[in-house]
Amino acid sequence: MNTHFFSDTTVLLGRSMRHIFRSVDTIITTAITPVALMLLFVYVFGGAIRTDTDNYVNYLLPGIMLIAIASGIAYTAVRLFTDMQSGIFERFQSMPIARSSVLWAHVLTSLVANGLSLVIIVLVALLMGFRTSASVLEWLAVTGILALFTLALTWIAIIAGLSAKSVDGAGGFSYPLIFLPFISSAFVPTETMPGPVRWFAENQPVTSIVNTIQDLFAQRPVGSDIWVALAWCLGILVLAYVSATAAYKRQIA
Amino acid sequence: MTAISVQGIEKSYKDLHVLRGVDFEVASGSIFALLGSNGAGKTTMVKILSTLLAADGGTAAVEGFDVAAEPLRVRESISLTGQFAAVDGILTGKENLVLVAKLRHLKNPGRIADWLLAQFNLSDAGNRKVAAYSGGMRRRLDIAMSLIGDPKVIFLDEPTTGLDPEARLEVWHIVKKLANQGTTVLLTTQYLDEAEQLADRIAILHEGRIIANGTLAELKQLLPPAKIEYVEKQPSLEDIFLALVGAGSNDSVKDRS
Repeated sequence: MNTHFFSDTTVLLGRSMRHIFRSVDTIITTAITPVALMLLFVYVFGGAIRTDTDNYVNYLLPGIMLIAIASGIAYTAVRLFTDMQSGIFERFQSMPIARSSVLWAHVLTSLVANGLSLVIIVLVALLMGFRTSASVLEWLAVTGILALFTLALTWIAIIAGLSAKSVDGAGGFSYPLIFLPFISSAFVPTETMPGPVRWFAENQPVTSIVNTIQDLFAQRPVGSDIWVALAWCLGILVLAYVSATAAYKRQIA
Repeated sequence: MTAISVQGIEKSYKDLHVLRGVDFEVASGSIFALLGSNGAGKTTMVKILSTLLAADGGTAAVEGFDVAAEPLRVRESISLTGQFAAVDGILTGKENLVLVAKLRHLKNPGRIADWLLAQFNLSDAGNRKVAAYSGGMRRRLDIAMSLIGDPKVIFLDEPTTGLDPEARLEVWHIVKKLANQGTTVLLTTQYLDEAEQLADRIAILHEGRIIANGTLAELKQLLPPAKIEYVEKQPSLEDIFLALVGAGSNDSVKDRS
């Protein structure tokens, strides 16, 4: 690792943050679809859905946040892909900078941008009746899990951005990820699903993360879900990071 | 002094044998033109020299540093201006320059940026987004970004492709000025007149090898001696165009925004 890693990453982070604040639409569009889903499920389907809580917004919010993150990271893939197309990527690579800082700047930008979208979503949820008595510590735990989930998915987005052949390809990989929360405990309890679907729903990463966040907001004991959630997030993170780094090495030969 | 030395460089992309043993040397402070048609391997050669691509065989050194063994030292000595203007369209011209100055860890990035904007007649456009620049302005900004940190060697990969005649003359003017200041310039081009106008030495890359290398005078001797013929001197379309738009002299480089 180069001695300039931190200063180079900071400079490049400043660059992509400028990109974001000059096209605020990416933050808003990341928030709009999840907000629309939240409205749809609360005010249209919500009456027909039986959960254990009397407040369906409380039940729904964690899954909505994961959908927002899954769609938000697509912009990271697109931004990275655009850099590589424009030649500015090669300029950076031919300069005496820490090469990994080019990727880390995009990763940190993704964390900030998704964080801002999540703030918008939580504010809308509060207006719709979301209530929690979670303490600072529990909020920190929720933030930490969401950040870890964002980080893990962002590194998948980096792989997509590095290996895509077109902008559409760079952005399109996230659709299956956006779909995952639907087949989980995010919208309805898994008990109502038929056998194989229920098995999938209960054993995929989203369910453990959703359950953990629901419990933290409701101040219930989190049980083993939090460890399963952390294991999923860290596992995906390590795997995606290693593959992304390998893909990066291939790109810059 | 030799700034660049290339020996037996080979590179293949799968079945495509692009470079088949390229040899040449570039003297410090000179302008060296790598001439070749599209697909001849010029860009591949530049990418190997600027440490973006690893060669399959042979050795290459820039300022005495081997590109494979000491890539970081090479990157400290060079600047690359790629085939497509490597500028950030969302940032302003000034922000682009500040960005590069910061990444080169220089003091006073703002002052460096202002100075270069003035040098390249971009001061008025400095606070506008680069996406709104003309092709010539983008190229000028691109080259200005490459000069930050006073690199000893500059690679210009087809610097005038896609530019209009005026912008092309501006770039030529900049390249000549660079060489006068002692910077080594390696440029690739598919335009014969560009090599003829600018280069101290010209190497012709054809089918993966250098098939001729020398000064213009030396290359002329490869052909049978010149015959004297009397031909009426007709103005070329370029002469007419430049006379009409009034951009004959290089000193009055204009900002077409």
